[in-house]
Parts: sequence; C-alpha cells; structure tokens
Amino acid sequence: MLYDHLIAPFVEFGFMQRALAGSLMLSAGACPVGVFLMLRRMSLAGDAMAHAILPGAAAGFLLYGLEIVPMTIGGLIAGVIVALGAGAVSRFTIQKEDASMAAFYLISLALGVLIVSLRGSSVDLMHVLFGTVLALNDEALTLIATIAGTTLLLLAVFWRALVAECLDPLFLRSVSRLGTPVHFIFLGLVVLNLVGGFQALGTLLSVGLMMLPAAAARFWTSRVGPMCALAVAIGFASCIAGLLLSYHASLPSGPAIILSAGVVYLASILAGPRGVLRARVRHHRHRTA
Amino acid sequence: MTDACLTFRDLTLGYGSHPAVHHLNGVVKKGSLTAIVGANGSGKSTLMKGVVGVLKPMAGAATKAGDAQIAYLPQQSELDRTFPARVVDLVSLGLWPKRGLLGRFTPQDRGVVSRALAAVGLEGFDKRGIDTLSGGQLQRALFARVLVQDAEIILLDEPFNAIDAKTVIDLVALIKRWHGESRTVMVAVHDLDLVRAHFPETLLLARRPVSWGPTAETLKPENLLKARRFEEAWLDDAPWCETDEIGHVHGHASDHAHDHPSRVA
Repeated sequence: MLYDHLIAPFVEFGFMQRALAGSLMLSAGACPVGVFLMLRRMSLAGDAMAHAILPGAAAGFLLYGLEIVPMTIGGLIAGVIVALGAGAVSRFTIQKEDASMAAFYLISLALGVLIVSLRGSSVDLMHVLFGTVLALNDEALTLIATIAGTTLLLLAVFWRALVAECLDPLFLRSVSRLGTPVHFIFLGLVVLNLVGGFQALGTLLSVGLMMLPAAAARFWTSRVGPMCALAVAIGFASCIAGLLLSYHASLPSGPAIILSAGVVYLASILAGPRGVLRARVRHHRHRTA
Repeated sequence: MTDACLTFRDLTLGYGSHPAVHHLNGVVKKGSLTAIVGANGSGKSTLMKGVVGVLKPMAGAATKAGDAQIAYLPQQSELDRTFPARVVDLVSLGLWPKRGLLGRFTPQDRGVVSRALAAVGLEGFDKRGIDTLSGGQLQRALFARVLVQDAEIILLDEPFNAIDAKTVIDLVALIKRWHGESRTVMVAVHDLDLVRAHFPETLLLARRPVSWGPTAETLKPENLLKARRFEEAWLDDAPWCETDEIGHVHGHASDHAHDHPSRVA
C-alpha cells in the first residue's frame, strides 16, 4: 500500500526516475546557493535573475526550437550580461544594486517575451516559463549533473571566502584580494543554477527551489554549514513529495514541487526553534545566569 | 632610516577630488605606539584606510617595510551581526593570513583562538552566536581576532567608542602588551587623558598633520588650538593644489598644503 503510493511510481516509470534524478541533483546545487543568497539579503535578486535569463533562452528557442543546449547557453549569456551590467552600474554610479538589477531584469524580461512571441504560440511561452520536469532527456540530465557538480566544487573551494565576504567584507578586503572575485563567482553560480533549473521547472519557478528550502532552513539552525545541509534535505523532500503529488493528483510537476517546499517553509515558520511560536512562548522559568 | 615600519611620502588621501588627509610626510618607527588624535572629519579613519590599502592614495604613497602584515580594526565595521556565526567563527577569521582560503585549521590554530578568547576575557563564549553579544563583548571578540592575526602592524580605529571603563582598561592592557612585543601599533583615540597616560607618541591631524612626535610635545595647547581651527567642509570651488611633483595634481579645500592660514577661520 505504502509501496504503491510512494515507491512504485519511481520504480515503474522511466520519466519519473529521470524527473527524480534531475530535481534531486538540482536541489543539491541550488539549495546551498540559495542559503548564501538569503544570508546576503539578495533573495529577490535571485528572482530578478530568473527573469533575466528569459531572453537568452528565448533566443536559443527561436533559432533552434526546443533544444536544451542552445537555450541553456543563451540563458547563461543573458544572465551573465544582466548580473555584470547591474553590478557595474551599482559599482560605478550612485545607484544601488536593487534598482539597477530591477531595471536590467525588466528590460530583459520584456525582450524575452517579445522574442518568444516572434516565433511561437503561447504554449511555447508557457513551456519556457514553467518547464517540464517530466520530460527531461539525457542531455538535460547531463547538464544538470554538470551544473550541480560544478556548484558543489566551487562552493567547497571558496567556502571560507564566501563566509568571510558575508560576515565581514571589510575584514576580508584588509587581508585578501578575493572579495570581489568571490562575489562574481557567487553571482555566476546563481545564474548557472537558475539556468540548470529552467528546463525542469521553468525560468519563473527555478528560483523557488533555490530560495524556499533556504528560507525554511533559516528557522531551524544558526550555523551556515548545517543550514546548507538542511536546505538540501528540504529540497530533496520537496522534490519527492512534489513529484508524487503531481503523479497521483495529475497536477503539473513544477508547481507541485515548489508548493511542497512552500508547505515546509510555512511549517518552519510555525514550528522551527527560531520560528514564530517558540519566539512567542513566554519563558516562565529562567536560569540564574 | 633603518627602523622605519611605515613611511608616508607626501601622502594625500580623499574622496572624489577632495583630500581628507593632505600631504602627510613622516615615518612610523618599528615597535612604536602612536595615538592618532583629531576632531571628527580630521582624516584619522581615512589615513588608516590608506595604510591598509582599502583606499588608494590620490598622490604620494604609504609604504611599509618588507612584507609586514597589517591587522586592521575599522571604526565602522561592515560586520553583519545577523549572520549565523559563532564567536569562535568570527575570531577564527583572524587565521586567514596564516591559512588563507584552503589551509586546514590545525589543533594548534584552535589553541591560538581559544587563548585569544581567554586573553580578552571571553572564556566560555566560543559557542555563542555573535547576535547575542553586547557591544563591549563584540569589541573584545574583535580584539581577539586581531590577536589571532598576529600581525606586525596593528591599526585600531576608535576602538573605545561606546565601551565601558572596565573594558577600556582591559583593551588598553592588550594594546600595551602588543607594544611590549615590539609590534607597531597606531590607535585613533578621542580621549586625550587616555592618550597622555598610555601612548608615547601622538599624531595630531586636522586634514593635514598639525604635529607629530612625543605625546607631551604634540598635545601642547597651541597645537590643540591649531587642530581645532580647520576647515571640515569641502569647497567645490576650491582651487587645484599644484605640487612640485609632475603628475600629482588634485583639488583641495585650501590654497596649498604647506601654506594654509588664508583659509583658517
């Protein structure tokens, strides 16, 4: 009974296995990146970047149709242009990064919608915006595996610098020149993981798998390492739950995965040790020191 | 000079085209303990940023002898206290010069960190989150990080702001310990009594050096008066400062560095 509901769909159907493999690998890379985005107060920048990828993916789509490689490369280029452009504007003018990022991604999004509408129907646009985790082919899986591997490797190598850059950037600048490179490497990882996610979840929802587990994990622990591990675990659980939900209730898989993560987030707000209930509970007893 | 640790040669630092430290010349001797004194806006923090290299000079240079490491405690820390880190994580950042990006922390390193915490009176705080520290405790933790950095040159920018008397005494004792270990220490301070009591040398700044030497000499009333009468505001229409050196031209708020009286109120 339990087997029928929870395990059989993944054993019996190849597309479910692929969807599971793809979304789990995606979580392994994207969730830790999301933790750092959140800790740097750039949660919404992730959202903006997700929109910014659209024209690149759309250009690839326009030229080559629904092919993963050109769309990914296009998305990567568009993401990097917007990240560098917004970063440069905030660095060399008085405008802050939130405003320049908003400006660049809005231009980018409009351009993307325009490009998609040049060729296709609204069905195509829906496909780019919302993805199809149930139709991942070998190419897409290889790509996602490469992205997840690269992300974990770079995070491991630059971990100490990334933590220092978040915790005390001025200190890092006084002992090392790594501050600026690390910032851009990190932005690169954000773009890379969003691009990796859009085939499975679409450009709009790929940021959900990045941010929601991270935001949920924040309520449970006060150390970065465990927070990343927990975010990945929440990501895994959301993917499994979302895919099963989509299988049994015939719901679209992308929203089902993200909504599962959303449920974990809402539950964490309520139940987490740093969440709203524990913070509200009056301590009737206190220690002597 | 053979025992120079830091050499300022016509050092001019500032923001935009306006200098905040103007034509500073001089030598900080190795193993000296110097107080940097001056009103708000007199260029103390700017000078320290210039020495660390966070701010590039507009003209001139600040050069350090050999490859001396600098430990720098800024006045306006960019420390994010909401970041999920423990006191021991914060203090362990001080291991960066020794271990860099990838070097593994050894048991000796952990010993260094816990001895530093003990030295600043924070035993038992290592597992505490940095968001639970008081202002004074955080300052002690940052001093512990300076201890761990084990640098030859130590720059502390107004480390005693909003710190209680007991903590100031402890921190001054640490500074004197560094002085005893022949490290070169520069501290920006406002409390002149503290300077007279503990600092052998003083640099009095008012966007330009007013006086620099033994503390008793530097803090004479006439120097203090001179330091008080300086122009804090930038003047957008200030004439350009022409120096003898070719290629070192920049704007500033007065006629010339070595000839200021026309602007002094």
